[in-house]
Amino acid sequence: MRAVCIDTTKCIGCRACQVACKQWNQLPAENTEFGGTYENPSKFMHDTWTRVHFREHRVNGEVQWLFAKSQCMHCTEAACISVCPSGATHRTEMGTVLIDNRRCIGCNYCAANCPFAVPRYDHKENAMKKCNFCYNRIVDGLSPACVKACPTGALQYGERRVLMLEAEKRVNNLRAAGYRDARVYGLEEMGGLGVFYVLRDRPSAYGLPDSPKVPMSAYVWGTAFKPVRALAVLGVFLGLVANRFRTRQNQPQETVRGD
Amino acid sequence: MTNHWIDLRNSDCFLVIGSNPAENHPISMKWVLKAKERGAKLVVVDPRFTRTASQADLYCPLRPGTDIAFIGGMIKYILDNNLFNREYVVEYTNASFLVSPEFSFHDGLFSGYNPSTRSYNKSSWVYQLDENGVPKRDKTLSDPNCVFQLLKRHYSRYDSDTVSRITGAPKDLFLKVAETYSATSQPGKAGTIMYAMGTTQHTVGTQNVRAYAILQLLLGNVGIPGGGVNAMRGESNVQGSTDFALLFHILPGYLRYPVATDRDLATYLKNSTPTTADPDSVNYWKNFPKFFISLMKAFFGDKATAANDFCYDYLPKAGGNYSFISLFEAMYEGVIKGLFLWGQNPCVGGPNANKEAKALENLDWMVAVDLWETDTAVFWKRPGVNPADIKTEVFLLPAAASFEKEGSVSNSGRWAQWRYKAVEPPGDAKSDLEIVSLLYKAIRDKYQGSTSIKDRPILDLTWNYGSVDHPDVHLVAKEINGYDLTTHRLLPSFASLKDDGSTSCGCWIYSGWYTEEGNMAARRDDSDPSGLGLHPRWSWCWPINRRILYNRASCDVNGTPWNAQKALVQWDEERQQWITYDVPDFVFRTATGSHVRPEVSAKSPFIMRVEGLGCIFADGTADGPFPEHYEPFESPVKNMLSSQQINPVIKIWSGDMNPRAAIGSADYPLIGTTYRVTEHWQAGAMTRNLPWLAELMPEMFVEISPELAKARGLKPGELVKVVSPRGEVYAKVCITERIKALKVGGLFYELVGMPWHYGFNGFVTGGKDRSKNYAANLLTAHIGDANTMIPEYKVFLCDIRKVM
Ligand code: SF4
Ligand code: SF4
Repeated sequence: MRAVCIDTTKCIGCRACQVACKQWNQLPAENTEFGGTYENPSKFMHDTWTRVHFREHRVNGEVQWLFAKSQCMHCTEAACISVCPSGATHRTEMGTVLIDNRRCIGCNYCAANCPFAVPRYDHKENAMKKCNFCYNRIVDGLSPACVKACPTGALQYGERRVLMLEAEKRVNNLRAAGYRDARVYGLEEMGGLGVFYVLRDRPSAYGLPDSPKVPMSAYVWGTAFKPVRALAVLGVFLGLVANRFRTRQNQPQETVRGD
Repeated sequence: MTNHWIDLRNSDCFLVIGSNPAENHPISMKWVLKAKERGAKLVVVDPRFTRTASQADLYCPLRPGTDIAFIGGMIKYILDNNLFNREYVVEYTNASFLVSPEFSFHDGLFSGYNPSTRSYNKSSWVYQLDENGVPKRDKTLSDPNCVFQLLKRHYSRYDSDTVSRITGAPKDLFLKVAETYSATSQPGKAGTIMYAMGTTQHTVGTQNVRAYAILQLLLGNVGIPGGGVNAMRGESNVQGSTDFALLFHILPGYLRYPVATDRDLATYLKNSTPTTADPDSVNYWKNFPKFFISLMKAFFGDKATAANDFCYDYLPKAGGNYSFISLFEAMYEGVIKGLFLWGQNPCVGGPNANKEAKALENLDWMVAVDLWETDTAVFWKRPGVNPADIKTEVFLLPAAASFEKEGSVSNSGRWAQWRYKAVEPPGDAKSDLEIVSLLYKAIRDKYQGSTSIKDRPILDLTWNYGSVDHPDVHLVAKEINGYDLTTHRLLPSFASLKDDGSTSCGCWIYSGWYTEEGNMAARRDDSDPSGLGLHPRWSWCWPINRRILYNRASCDVNGTPWNAQKALVQWDEERQQWITYDVPDFVFRTATGSHVRPEVSAKSPFIMRVEGLGCIFADGTADGPFPEHYEPFESPVKNMLSSQQINPVIKIWSGDMNPRAAIGSADYPLIGTTYRVTEHWQAGAMTRNLPWLAELMPEMFVEISPELAKARGLKPGELVKVVSPRGEVYAKVCITERIKALKVGGLFYELVGMPWHYGFNGFVTGGKDRSKNYAANLLTAHIGDANTMIPEYKVFLCDIRKVM
């Protein structure tokens, strides 16, 4: 299985990855405003698939400024796949999670059930949009555009097992250097993330959910109703409004000032 | 850079001061982080906690404009605790030289100061000479007049309490920085200083760099892998443009520009060529006449002959200072009538942008050569003016971007890397070379047939680059390399240059970059035999592909490397020869090929210096042989070290449109500083017009501490006005823990920081209201460094006002 490791300890918040994503995928720029922090655009949009979080904290009087790229995590237990009524959201032969635009009906279920609030509705195409792991690059043996652009090596692409071993080594070094909360994020979470992290601190310090979970509804939907899912498409329409509301609620809670 | 980018990975400790590599030189962090993985320490000293600081092992704040106090304190710490590399200091620097007993320093002034001219008579800043005219030395370093003792005395006032009171750096952090960094004086350890415009853009900018150089010499950090004094240049090719004399006071290759008193060639060469009676000194600048006369042969070809002083008279003799501020003052006074802006946007990037924009109104004509219609190209319709009132005729010439033309780019590490054209420039856009060539043709045509002697320089200029409309950049590169004019072959290096007119060379330090063997800058062999990242066959670097300058100093006197694992050059006693991984920066073999013993070259490891040694004491600057702390032009406090408030030799311009806030001004109680962010480039034309970059940093902002926000009742994202005596700028509030008030002289002073990329024209200007000006430089002053006249962008006084 192919994966990306984001070693946040090497990230300098330059956002080359964010721009490379827009460039490779030819996504138009958002009309943004300065909202008091460097982080921008302020949330995922149908034209913004990856964003770097900027979080600052004062710990024992010392400032910490943490950066973490965020995007679809390409979860092993992907809630978006289990709830997708049309089968548009699926796992590719590369092990990544992809939304097939032609089959997507824009029902928003994936977004409502994604613990990372990733997929976004695109009005123009009536479809959900998110990071596709640069599918059209990796099938040709290239690394994703963000990885290619990263100047420091904070982003690494490769075989998941190999990257995971490296990540664990790195975490051990960090622990030895006194970072007691250092960890790999994505080893177990959601059955294992296809895009996982080396963190020096707890996930919420980076604006990531501390313990992401597949919502119960997604389990129920995914297992019990799978055979009759197509029928349920009709019901989806009614659920849309409620789900949009839930998507908003599902944003990772931000308790510290973002910057 | 004395070293180069990849070499950063060889360092054991980084002192990042006056720079912010993670944001402004992000690729450098690749090498810094590699070194960190090996256990290297990253120390960041900066007024703000930057993205670089986020990676630091040790961060220490300091008040903008107080680097000399900080580094001076480190120097004292090193001397007091005997932490310097004694062999290096005694043998490779001028620490042991005896200075004239006439030399003195008192209350902020060195001997020889003339207050009416605001300048120094340097006659006492000299060495004591023996009967042969050779400087006297005391290698025990105990003579009270030796450089070492003078240094000790000079910095004795810079104790850690004083340093902390001046700089606002907490004493414990300052001491931690001093301790961490001075550990690199251990033989085998390397410390590097990474600096940029946070260092230079001050009224004491040159002396800031001098302070770093002294620190590095004391620690034995110059000439070694992972060491050096490393200027990270502000643009991809600014190293190249400096090498090729972008500055007014030099000719290509850092040849001194002639001034009015250099009456004729002989006088000029005499005044430009250093001499020494010391038989041990290589004094490489003794070759100045070869470099200069070969340059004149490149300029004027056959027209330059020994009989006519090689056209020396064609060069206009400088009668003053023609730096950036001076030029704009001259426009403001109506002296200069026409202006070419070549990739420049002074309405955003110039100091005191209000005054500079006003100065442009006095021009008859102005030409902007740029990729975009810059803010300056439309200065006549900037916020607050009536275009009908401005008579300047403005032209915009579209220029090709770097991917639309072929040529070289010289990076900070002096590597000249050849680039190819990827795409044709759009529309009428042309490369700079084409534009210059067409301009030259048009000008020459106007003078054609003139018999007036004053027009000869234009008519006699060589211009042999193939088609005038589409000049061949390879012919330019070859002209730079230089020819043997007898054989018409390209020169192998500047060692072949002659002062008799038989060679030509457009820039002596680049001689060897385009030889009979081909275009060296285009080489792309990434092999690395030394394992130190020297990559000697990747592109080409000046001089003569030497990757690390002063590399003789990487070994002790006997030629044994300080660090055996990181040998650049090494004396093999058994074979009686040098093993070289880098191109030696010393005379390592004789003309007949036999190798010269290490004790000989140990006497002159700094071949470009007339002493042959690194200069702890140096007379080259206008403001003193040792860096001394003076307050910035605008400061909240009095100078705590002397009664000289500001650098006593800086030029003070008229107060017209350039008012100054008083010391500790109540109207302007905040310390302002400006900087760049990763997402934007310089004055913004190249990035504010790119939606993908604009979305990341769409608007002008001002960073303030939570305490200041609370005191002023400001909310994140709120629009405010930042005001200085010279202007006001609109910005949105960024409240951040990364900025903290600094305790200076017992009181707390708040700091505000602003990016200077924004303006009033382009896809994004800096704010949604396009009738406003968002250029931070509306606040800065027309005041510059005493040597370079680089503007003091990095510190001024200001205040924040709520917008109702
Ligand atoms: S992050 Fe969300 S959208 Fe991506 S695979 Fe996981 S559940 Fe699906
Ligand atoms: S490109 Fe790399 S270093 Fe830059 S923000 Fe993205 S992950 Fe971080």
